[in-house]
Amino acid sequence: MQNSLFKVARKDGKKSKNFLGPLLFLLPALILISIFIYYPVFKTADLSFQNFKLYDQGNIKFNGLENFRGIFQDLHFKRIIQNTVLWVTVSLFFQVTIGFIIALYLRNRFKFSGLYQGIIFIPWALSGFLMGLIWKWIFDDNLGVLNNILLGWNVIDKPIPWLSNANWAMAAVIIANIWYGVTFFVIMILAALQGVPKEMIEASELDGCSRAQTLFRIIIPYIRPTLILIILLRIIWITNFPDIIFGMTSGGPNEQTHILSSWLVQKITYDQDWGSGSALALLILAILFIFSIFYLLATRLEKESEV
Amino acid sequence: MFKVFGKLTKISILTFWLIFTIFPLYWMFLTSIRAKTETTKHFYYPHGNSTLDSYRKLFEQYAFGTYIKNSLVVSISASIFVVFIGLLGAYALARYRFKSKSQIMLVFLITQMIPGLIALAPLYLLLSRINLLNTLYALILCYIGGMIPFATVMLRGFLQRIPPDLDEAALIDGCNRFTALFRVVFPVALPGIAATFIFSFVQCWNELFLAMILIDSDSNKTYPVAMRSFIGAYYIDWGGLAASVMIGIIPTVLMFALMSKFMVSGLSAGIVKG
Repeated sequence: MQNSLFKVARKDGKKSKNFLGPLLFLLPALILISIFIYYPVFKTADLSFQNFKLYDQGNIKFNGLENFRGIFQDLHFKRIIQNTVLWVTVSLFFQVTIGFIIALYLRNRFKFSGLYQGIIFIPWALSGFLMGLIWKWIFDDNLGVLNNILLGWNVIDKPIPWLSNANWAMAAVIIANIWYGVTFFVIMILAALQGVPKEMIEASELDGCSRAQTLFRIIIPYIRPTLILIILLRIIWITNFPDIIFGMTSGGPNEQTHILSSWLVQKITYDQDWGSGSALALLILAILFIFSIFYLLATRLEKESEV
Repeated sequence: MFKVFGKLTKISILTFWLIFTIFPLYWMFLTSIRAKTETTKHFYYPHGNSTLDSYRKLFEQYAFGTYIKNSLVVSISASIFVVFIGLLGAYALARYRFKSKSQIMLVFLITQMIPGLIALAPLYLLLSRINLLNTLYALILCYIGGMIPFATVMLRGFLQRIPPDLDEAALIDGCNRFTALFRVVFPVALPGIAATFIFSFVQCWNELFLAMILIDSDSNKTYPVAMRSFIGAYYIDWGGLAASVMIGIIPTVLMFALMSKFMVSGLSAGIVKG
């Protein structure tokens, strides 16, 4: 995918032997990126091997792998890993599926489809943290409207402890996350679908393909490269999206709804243990990096074996 | 028969998703206009006792006016710089051919893999060294730095759709690259530039964690940070909370309404995060 991006870039544009011109244009961006994105990565690596506690600044020193050991031996580590996997996979599965279905329906315009699109895109513009607060209010064990509705419809006979029971709370934050993230997939898949040539779809219908066959044999293979890329970007993004969890549970009850990234925020802002927080940040980066490599290799291998 | 069934499924799925999307916002709105004694009641439509008391209280008892102003200042100034610097970089990447261009492109793309949260502690240390902690400048700088990669990639996508003949004609007419960009290309690329600006604005407005760690004093708090301390209280005033959430989402929803026309083409141009 990246290679094809570069090829497109090379085709157009004016030849310039002069390296200085484009460099001048790029310089401000490159300087800022180095300072605000790449430098922090190296500084994090540095911090992660130090005993660096904000409340104990007289005692800052190199402490080897102590921070990493602390993370792996943490009482909640296993639960947090499980939560992270659950948070990413379940959210992603429903976001992609629902997003795909809605995008397919929106592909052909209908009356009010512009308005419809405008309304269901709204979550995209909202703050994850504020949305977390809204969902917290809806899921509230005693006063929340959800329990009220479910009781009223006789679906349940006593209130569900949505936010005070760890497993229900995990379900609640994931539901909120699905609500929040579907928009992204609708937008991206809709854009990809608009790139599928109409003639291809018409031809397949003329040849007697059913709707399902057209979908799986024509449309999905055609937009596959886009799907692969946006799903990878989204996995990375969801992993690093603790905002909703912070609005709804702040990781509670008893640290049972933390994911890796919300745990990281907790370490940095509340515990003020920056050594440990940096070690965790490095761990997240490493996990995502290794995952991305395997993901890209796997999707590429699969493609080659098809040919 | 089969067709009717298909149509029915379509309508019910779309309707379900519409209600599911709207309901939380609608419910928050209803909560925010309920009278104090009724906040926790379950009325499903506006009630005779509806009042704006919860909103009034935010501005009278708390400094929500200041928080909104801070957030606006930070988001607008950061976004202006993001678009300007991003446009320069995007122009080089879209129009020039030069050595190691693909490596530079990679520098921009790899940033998509680096979680912003990683930067919390390092940026705090960096900004404390140059004495910018607890100022809005700190936030503006960090947001510019964080937003530039996406803005550059997205704007490059837009610029590539504009025929290069346009600025080449301008060059022949005596413009240099810089004036060609701002006098000739800029007006044509305006929809894309607006989309990039709005996207950046929304991200800055919604950012919580950096603002939380970099800003300490009440008078410099941005909106999400103020919300965080607002609910830190021992009991939750649901009416006040609902009202403040409603105010907090209005600017981005407005921006979004302005942009919804370019949304599908705009966001996919740069396949961005967020």
